[in-house]
Amino acid sequence: MESVFGLVGKDFAIVVADSSAVHSILVHKTNEDKIMLLDSHKLMGASGETGDRAQFTEYIQKNVALYQFRNGIPLTTAAAANFTRGELATALRKNPYMVNIILAGYDKDIGPSVYFIDYIASLHKVDKAAFGYGSYFALSMMDRHYRKDMTVEEAVDLVDKIIMEIRSRLVVAPPNFVIKIVDKDGAREYGLA
Amino acid sequence: MQDYTEIQSPVKSCDTEDDLSPIRMSRRYDSRTTIFSPEGRLYQVEYAMEAIGNAGSAIGILSKDGVVLVGEKKVTSKLLQTSASTEKMYKIDDHVACAVAGIMSDANILINTARVQAQRYTYAYQEPMPVEQLVQSLCDTKQGYTQFGGLRPFGVSFLFAGWDKNYGFQLYMSDPSGNYSGWKAAAIGSNNQAAQSMLKQDYKDEITREEAVQLALKVLSKTMDSTSLTSEKLELAEVFLSNGIVKYQVCSSGALSKLLVKFGVTQPAADAS
Repeated sequence: MESVFGLVGKDFAIVVADSSAVHSILVHKTNEDKIMLLDSHKLMGASGETGDRAQFTEYIQKNVALYQFRNGIPLTTAAAANFTRGELATALRKNPYMVNIILAGYDKDIGPSVYFIDYIASLHKVDKAAFGYGSYFALSMMDRHYRKDMTVEEAVDLVDKIIMEIRSRLVVAPPNFVIKIVDKDGAREYGLA
Repeated sequence: MQDYTEIQSPVKSCDTEDDLSPIRMSRRYDSRTTIFSPEGRLYQVEYAMEAIGNAGSAIGILSKDGVVLVGEKKVTSKLLQTSASTEKMYKIDDHVACAVAGIMSDANILINTARVQAQRYTYAYQEPMPVEQLVQSLCDTKQGYTQFGGLRPFGVSFLFAGWDKNYGFQLYMSDPSGNYSGWKAAAIGSNNQAAQSMLKQDYKDEITREEAVQLALKVLSKTMDSTSLTSEKLELAEVFLSNGIVKYQVCSSGALSKLLVKFGVTQPAADAS
């Protein structure tokens, strides 16, 4: 089942998500990208109801883009996180989006950051975060092995360990994962140059 | 403005719609803000700007380490209770303040909308609103009144002084049409052109905040109608950083008096510059 997690390293942040599109007991595809690029330096990993996830993350992405067009300056990661939280909070009392979000970003003056946002609109700035069934393993592994000053290699190594743990211990483990990284050079998929 | 004298004459003849006399025709375009004249002008907007030209002036100067706003208080009667707070300077948010020239009742409405906008932004993003965005949102409101609703425009010009993390210290000037622009030094209100040209002459890029205060007071002393400059006729406010935190500070009357003496601008400013 779904696994989305992220962590902050020395001068980067990393977000990982499984790539399975599941409905009931059926797997529809295993190459679904659940980590959206909000702008050049922001990643939004999301889990939850498939339709809500697609709709909501795209809505946030488009609003971040609109802000940039209107004002000529990008939103900071903190501002984007608070905006996202606000949108979820407004929706919560009307027709809630079933999405849990891990937002990672890199700001010139602040550096990398990760935000934990859940569907009931709580927002936390964290060093490590996880959602879904995979979170039990991801959180445990990160509690044991995470360090604030991790390099990209060390972080990816930890991510691999987490994925291995999910695969070996979770009954309904997803086969494929997507790893994305954001640092001073921007947001991108790990392993693709 | 070739029909300016005509506009000054009483307006009662153009009150009725069926009055199609030549006078009525030529005034057709200044009774409505939303209509262009045949020369392509919006008279009501121009009149609003004209009204500001008679208001007490204000000067803003951008310096390396802060922004300085100086305003002229028009003392209408000595019986009038001078307000404890400022008359022309308003804090919009922790990091933005403005100086006003024009119709104060109009300005109060706009200042209120600006404050609401600033708080709304903070509510949405949990960080202070960038200065230019605040100015832009207010100017959008102003612009609206030159196009919609058959209302008159706001008879107000503003000088905005602020700081944000993207562009540091900033100074903006806005007019009733809804235009705004960023300046290193700007003047609004009566004699703004004289003030502007003096600022142009004396402004230096590396000016410090203290020098900016001096320059602003000097310029105001020369462009104000009254013969001697006293602290009762003036307001001085500054936006600057103190320990990395933006501060808006209004100069007290006592401190202002001392500054006037220090900079030697209390003498009658009769000498031509």
